[in-house]
Amino acid sequence: MAVRFDPRGTFAPTPGSYRLLPLRFERIDESRVVATNLVGEFVVLPRAMLSDLVEGRLHPDAPEYRELKTRHFLTDDRSSVALDLLALKARTKAEPIAEFTGLHMFVVTLRCDHSCAYCQVSRQTADKSRYDMTFEHAAKAVDLVFNSPSSTIKIEFQGGEPLLNFDVIRHVVELAEERNRTEQRKLQFVIATNLSQLNDEILAFAAAHNLVFSTSLDGPEDLHNGNRPRPGRNSHELALAGIERIRSTLGIDKVSALMTTTPRALGRVREIVDEYLRLGFRSVFLRPISPYGFAVRSKIADGYSIDDWLSFYIEGLDYILSLNEQGIAIREEYTSIVLEKIVTQRGTRYVDLQSPSGLGISAIVYNYDGKVYASDEARMLAEMKDESFLLGHVDTHTWADIFTSDKLLSVLASTVAESVPMCTDCAFLPYCGSDPAYHQAMQRDPVGHKAKSSFCKRNMGVFKHILRILNDRPERADILKGWVAA
Amino acid sequence: MIRLSSRKLHVLSDAIGRPFVARVTTNERLPLSMRGSEVLLLDSWTPSNELDGFRGLLLRNAPEEATRLPPNTVVLPPELAYVSDGDVLRISPQDRALAVLYRRRAAFNALLVTERCNHLCLMCSQPPKAADDSHLVDVLLSAIPLFAQDSPEICLTGGEPTLLGPRFLALVRAMRNYLPRTALHVLSNGRSFSDLQRARELAAIAHPDLMIGIPLYGATSELHEYVVQSAGAFDETIRGILNLKRAGVRVELRVVIQRANFEHLPQLAEYVARNLTFLDHVALMGLEPTGFAKANLDSVWIDPVEYKAELKRAVLTIAQAGMRVSVYNHQLCTLDPGLWRYARQSISDWKNEYLAECEGCAMKHRCGGFFSTGVPVRSKYIRALTHAPPR
Repeated sequence: MAVRFDPRGTFAPTPGSYRLLPLRFERIDESRVVATNLVGEFVVLPRAMLSDLVEGRLHPDAPEYRELKTRHFLTDDRSSVALDLLALKARTKAEPIAEFTGLHMFVVTLRCDHSCAYCQVSRQTADKSRYDMTFEHAAKAVDLVFNSPSSTIKIEFQGGEPLLNFDVIRHVVELAEERNRTEQRKLQFVIATNLSQLNDEILAFAAAHNLVFSTSLDGPEDLHNGNRPRPGRNSHELALAGIERIRSTLGIDKVSALMTTTPRALGRVREIVDEYLRLGFRSVFLRPISPYGFAVRSKIADGYSIDDWLSFYIEGLDYILSLNEQGIAIREEYTSIVLEKIVTQRGTRYVDLQSPSGLGISAIVYNYDGKVYASDEARMLAEMKDESFLLGHVDTHTWADIFTSDKLLSVLASTVAESVPMCTDCAFLPYCGSDPAYHQAMQRDPVGHKAKSSFCKRNMGVFKHILRILNDRPERADILKGWVAA
Repeated sequence: MIRLSSRKLHVLSDAIGRPFVARVTTNERLPLSMRGSEVLLLDSWTPSNELDGFRGLLLRNAPEEATRLPPNTVVLPPELAYVSDGDVLRISPQDRALAVLYRRRAAFNALLVTERCNHLCLMCSQPPKAADDSHLVDVLLSAIPLFAQDSPEICLTGGEPTLLGPRFLALVRAMRNYLPRTALHVLSNGRSFSDLQRARELAAIAHPDLMIGIPLYGATSELHEYVVQSAGAFDETIRGILNLKRAGVRVELRVVIQRANFEHLPQLAEYVARNLTFLDHVALMGLEPTGFAKANLDSVWIDPVEYKAELKRAVLTIAQAGMRVSVYNHQLCTLDPGLWRYARQSISDWKNEYLAECEGCAMKHRCGGFFSTGVPVRSKYIRALTHAPPR
């Protein structure tokens, strides 16, 4: 067969013909920058290479040219389909916004048997009637829940210690299930509890209605009990007993655990991870303290710096990765949330890392007193006498009142990170969000000055660390990618 | 290898008819009313046979005396001795040609719908021809109603089937109407579907089990277009894929691994995982050393062992994205054992074989084996495996 084929050069782009697509960059170490495109695809480049790229000097034969072209940083005279694909990816990332409010938090009581110094809400121990949600308010809140167009509805019971007002939990579950016979949403229930009040009646109800539990576990017994005082100093013992009862009666996947990093946790991250492993958990969420409620009054939030927390997180992640290298499967949850934003095109439902903010449109809170807040943090702010994100009351406001209120719309408009000063130029914008309640608490402004924002500093540290692993440590990058549920 | 055609047909009867398509039966007592579409296959013929009404007669052994034979009596060439009940043939007595269009017992049948193509791939196993071959569609449209309705899978291949335009749609429609329970796989370069209207027309047929298999050889236009030898192909193929998925048609990506692209497989996998996550399947395929691949062997062939690492990286990247991925046309002894679970026995039965070295291999029953077509180019590392598969 005498067929003549054209050589490769025939199909090569003309040097200098390329045009840049939107990109942002940031120094990642002494000599290199990370560049990200519109949807968070990234390339790590030597600084000089970045200059060549933006000044039109990068030659099509350079491997970096191909890398940048396939990752949609440029189009050239041979191919423009990158625009179609970028548009598609941007739409996919934004899809959760259209899904609207999926997480509905019911604060069924403020009462609690614990007196944790880092507590984000101001607990109350006396006067049952004053700090419990009423049946009437609960019913009105369930009505509001089903006004959300979301196909998936998760109702999360919060406190205080929600199991201290189990009658209202039962009422809400029964009302919601009744309503859902015609609504046909994907309905889930979660109870955020310290498990100290768990009993057979609650377990039987949970089994019948597919309730799952989320509990607090701060690490080894001394650390946990130090963080979480209660009469009898047995919080750890009760939590473990509760976890075991749930697993043995309802199933292994019906209880998850969260930790909060206190000053006394610093330096003990391996022990914390080991405690999670000992108890058979497959994930740990290394969470910093939130600056609300008692955490502010008790000054515990000032007990360590962002750098302290970052060191804690990095050491913990390093330890977790080394466990994975031994074949022990365990994930760090915050890393997983960030990874999903870096390595997939899916949008996130994680409220703190959305643009615009997830306030109200991703999650909403029905407080014990019938007030409706735009987020869990918003009701914590309100406990600190700042009602910036109080959206209404179940007695007096309709769904439309709440979601078309100037208060909500203006804060949402101001939290589109793409238009926020400093965020707009930040390489990590595609991975980040804007936490207006946090900035309101810290800087008395929902947008805040990012140079002074510890939210910004902490997340930048996390993003850089994860990107360096993804770029420089291929075998660890594989482990990390495995954490992102397909 | 099984042969699918003969051009030296021994035609026995005087009444030489026009070419025709018919189904094979061995039941000489078939009701007369059913005989019109059948050729009767007999070991031998005697004048006592009552053979009225059959479309033709196919004899395994030529009779000593050839008088009073029914019209369209031919001798089945020995290389086609496997032909049996339910197979569909095209017999052209004047050209002394017989082609097996459909084999009843095969799990998979491929139909060549045109030899025209707008690509000229470096390693094409079925080099295109420019001549008008539109008669192929007529033959197939008359053959499809004769196929068994429980056929598992049929493939339309070319050439580029969509160059047939409305006639391509007619073939898909015939498949839907006559074989509604048969999976239909179309091999296309996808470029026609860069026109959304064309994708919508295909989707509107609403075939119950349709998949379009589309090749992509690189993540950059320059690499893909070099392999397919056509400028502008990359953008049109990607847009075609997007439009098909937009219209609700399932799409499989097919990547033939060769010298030009093996180093870039990880990059292609990243591209697929990030941009084409919605694909229904990705097949990473070994080269079939026939057609152009045979003529250009030195410039396209690469020993699979040499790209072991790149292939592993690519498969895992695609799998991590939650996509279905398979490795086709590879021998297990050339693959990283971590990829065995993705390896499929993908070579069509009629051109699938194993080597002397494979005797005694513990994994032969799960191995893809070799193409018997083309030149016998093999990896230097073929060996019998002695251990069981990894868990």
